[in-house]
Amino acid sequence: MIHIFAHYGGTLLYGLGQTLLCSLIALVFSLIIGTFFALLEESPNKVARGVARVYIEVFRNIPLLVITMFFYVVIPLYVIKVNGFTAGTIGLTLYTSAFIAETVRAGIQSVDPGQMEGARSNGLTYWQSMRYIVLPQAFRYVIPPLGNQFVNLVKNSSTLAFVGGFDLMYQGNAIASSSLETMAAYSAVGVLYLIITMPISYYMRYLEKRLA
Amino acid sequence: MLNNFIAAYSPDNLRYLFGGLGITILVSVASIIGSFIIGAILGVIRYVKIKYLSALVGLVIDIIRNLPLILILFFIYFGLPNLGVKPEVIPAAILAMTIFESAMLAEIVRSGIQAVDPGQMEGARANGLTYWQALRYIVLPQAIVKMIPAIVSQFISLVKDTSLATIILLPEMLYRSQIIYGQNTNYIIPMFLAIAVLYFVVCYALSVLARYLEKRQA
Repeated sequence: MIHIFAHYGGTLLYGLGQTLLCSLIALVFSLIIGTFFALLEESPNKVARGVARVYIEVFRNIPLLVITMFFYVVIPLYVIKVNGFTAGTIGLTLYTSAFIAETVRAGIQSVDPGQMEGARSNGLTYWQSMRYIVLPQAFRYVIPPLGNQFVNLVKNSSTLAFVGGFDLMYQGNAIASSSLETMAAYSAVGVLYLIITMPISYYMRYLEKRLA
Repeated sequence: MLNNFIAAYSPDNLRYLFGGLGITILVSVASIIGSFIIGAILGVIRYVKIKYLSALVGLVIDIIRNLPLILILFFIYFGLPNLGVKPEVIPAAILAMTIFESAMLAEIVRSGIQAVDPGQMEGARANGLTYWQALRYIVLPQAIVKMIPAIVSQFISLVKDTSLATIILLPEMLYRSQIIYGQNTNYIIPMFLAIAVLYFVVCYALSVLARYLEKRQA
């Protein structure tokens, strides 16, 4: 395994960079989209709730790889050419946003309804109360699950390997087939994934305990 | 456009695609059974805190949980031949899924046991049962009921994750759809629609079941 790092260190680090880049972009956008749909689901409007429900259920119940392949295969055919990295990141964002929407919604629900009532009776509109009173409190509960979602994102970003996204998994696979030392190459890839995911998992477990 | 759909959904193609769904379900069910058994054993070892062993099991579980499933698939299918073992595709997929899911289920089992009121164990011990008898007859049966919704949710992920085994050429639904639209690019949209609907129906039905079980318990 050591000589894999020695020979292919640059390639692996480049892959790790792509993996992190894709995960971070997907985290930011899925947080925005997920929060948007969580707010729709909690809104008093029936149609908005229906739209949010459909969005969340669709993206939660279709495999990530199918969503990613859709953007890699179908979109270039009819709309615009996308490379593997972009298709993979879009797929990852949409898939994760459905899970984040559920997390944020649970966070909103865990805030005492008295907070909303108090804000409303002090003259704030529904959206003002949501924005300045409820959401900031909800996000405190949401941080540990979001950290776990980021770990899932890093792991799930390995689907980029299917669409030529040049991520860590893709590079590892290329190294495995060119060096023929599959076990050593995959072990090196595994170590790099663990360096990212393990510390976050442990830190989130610690945060969860402290919040509880 | 409509003609493409009619041609794409020919009886032969549909039979081929549903055969893929069969393999998806076969691999998922075999893996969930295997990983429930292994996960239960590992979860109990984690819970009872046997010196060194529990910590070691905990570390292994954490390592597996923090790796991508695709990497585990590669380890089994492309890595093992490096050590002189060459598994077939379906057993390789089941083995990789079982290893990954066992780690997930071990955590579900452990938190299920921890969710049982400690008074149950104390009561059983006070009535003269040994630690293992109390665990086996009093605590575990109650814990299993508590973990069922989480296990069903985990099974949904498992069904979705079998699509990753296309990469080792497991002939499941996604793989077969690619074979079909590989023959004719007009079939791409009909095929994506078909597999998206099939996955959705299976997973959504399971998620309704999980929610129902959760409500009944609360």
